[in-house]
Amino acid sequence: MSLEVHIEKKLAEFTLDVSFVAANEPLGILGASGAGKTMLLRCIAGLEHPHRGQIILHHTTLLDTETGVRLPARRRRVGMLFQHYALFPHQSVSDNVGFSLGRLAPAERERRVRQMLGQVHAAELGSRYPHHLSGGEQQRVALARALASEPEALLLDEPLSALDTQLRSRMEAQLQETLLAYPGPALLVTHNIEEVYRLSARLLVLSRGRVAAWGPREEVFRKPPSVEVARLTGCKNIAQARAVSENSVEAIDWGCRLRIASAISESVRHVGIRAHHIDFTDRPDSQSGRDNVFPCWLVSSSETPFRITLFLRLHKPPDESRTYDLQAEVFKEKWERFRDRPLPWHVKLSPESLFVISE
Amino acid sequence: MALAESTDWSPVWISLKTSVVATLITLVGGLAAAAWRERYRGRATALIDGACLLPLVLPPTVVGFFLLLLFGRNGPVGELLLRLGTTVIFSWPATVIAAAVVSFPLMYLTARAALEQVDSRFLEAARTLGASEWRVFHRIALPLAWPGILAGAILSFARALGEFGATLMLAGNIPGRTATIPIAIYFAVEADDMRSAVAWCSVDVFISIVLLSGLYYWTHARGPARWTRR
Repeated sequence: MSLEVHIEKKLAEFTLDVSFVAANEPLGILGASGAGKTMLLRCIAGLEHPHRGQIILHHTTLLDTETGVRLPARRRRVGMLFQHYALFPHQSVSDNVGFSLGRLAPAERERRVRQMLGQVHAAELGSRYPHHLSGGEQQRVALARALASEPEALLLDEPLSALDTQLRSRMEAQLQETLLAYPGPALLVTHNIEEVYRLSARLLVLSRGRVAAWGPREEVFRKPPSVEVARLTGCKNIAQARAVSENSVEAIDWGCRLRIASAISESVRHVGIRAHHIDFTDRPDSQSGRDNVFPCWLVSSSETPFRITLFLRLHKPPDESRTYDLQAEVFKEKWERFRDRPLPWHVKLSPESLFVISE
Repeated sequence: MALAESTDWSPVWISLKTSVVATLITLVGGLAAAAWRERYRGRATALIDGACLLPLVLPPTVVGFFLLLLFGRNGPVGELLLRLGTTVIFSWPATVIAAAVVSFPLMYLTARAALEQVDSRFLEAARTLGASEWRVFHRIALPLAWPGILAGAILSFARALGEFGATLMLAGNIPGRTATIPIAIYFAVEADDMRSAVAWCSVDVFISIVLLSGLYYWTHARGPARWTRR
């Protein structure tokens, strides 16, 4: 029981060419804007028609261009949560949620509507109209409406992007609860890295219409298969590199040789490290701290309430161009301890934190 | 009042009856044509639009002339009706036909604009919720487009009420049967019966003011304020 998708659709800028299987669990779809994420959901829902391909949901063929099968959207039993929710403005919340239950007797329908609204903690909203609801309430009602039709698969298009930050984390917890209870495959489109990581155990990264990575989230984040996926998953430090031995590379952009914890192959082209993995060391000359330790100078910095991002130049002081080699992210408490020390500081790029990308 | 007693009020009733029936016909016909045209993806779009809007640009007498050719004794429709033992020209139904044909483009245009303005996401959401195309239309598209469609119906009614040229060609001037307000006014002035002309003109002005206020109410006070979008 799963959702199997193999589709090809020519778009203005590129061709959406995607193949994957989603099990009965949330699958996060990550990608830059315009990578084809929403188009992919619309193709599965039957709102857009791929030029070629096959979509199979729980042994039911929704689309097969070879045999000419193309179920219309209304017969696909695929629930979709639209980015701005698309609640029918002229219908009350109850009528919105009960829209797909037209065949039921009125009493039974009312019972189901109450049950669905209760499930998303919106029982008291039934008689209101969409324009009287807050963004969070609209999202819950739209979710209840999609679930009321008992869809075999659930497609969520940026379910949290229309909400303000404060509401977002609360709605995210509720969404997680709903997703855990949902028995079928759920595709969750977002461009928020942290959100997608928390909500789905598996990830699919789209880049210009193609699958750039697909697998368990830990793997996609720890060993991104391409520079693009590394960037999309939030990695700030990537340098061109070439292998020099089976456990060390030369980082060309950073002008240094780095030891890598795992064995590497000849085909290595890039090396990377995440900003929060960069460490600073007090004793650059001690035996234990010798590996991958380099002098660095501060070029500039940028603060958030609890963390600070440091832009660093390796090996020599910054010049007029203010170019930097590394971005390091540290908690402010730690930053307070070494901010007044004389430059150069010493960064440690731990071999366990470094990852390599082969072409 | 001497004016009220001596005036023949039949043109007022004929006009109102004609306009109401003609508006109902254009409402259904115009809406159906607009809804069908929304979905039509063929090559004849320009031709269809042109044909639907033709009565708006042609002089009413030309429209009346073509209707006469169509419904006359030797016309294709007229001959058919004759075989069924009836004829429509120079009878009350002819005033309805003339008014409906002339007001049709207004209904078609406003209905299309109103349907086009409905956010397609609502229609798509309804489809993913299992709704048939008919259900999508009458439960979502129609209610959302309703203020615009009603405005179109009011415009059509006003146009039907003012119809003169095509009506005269097809229905003539038979007092008590086909003489609508505009036609009665024309012949009253020609016969130098200024009192009747003034009475009928006043009725027309009154109806027009009521219609325009209604239109304003629908498009300004009610329409956009009803479902404010965030």
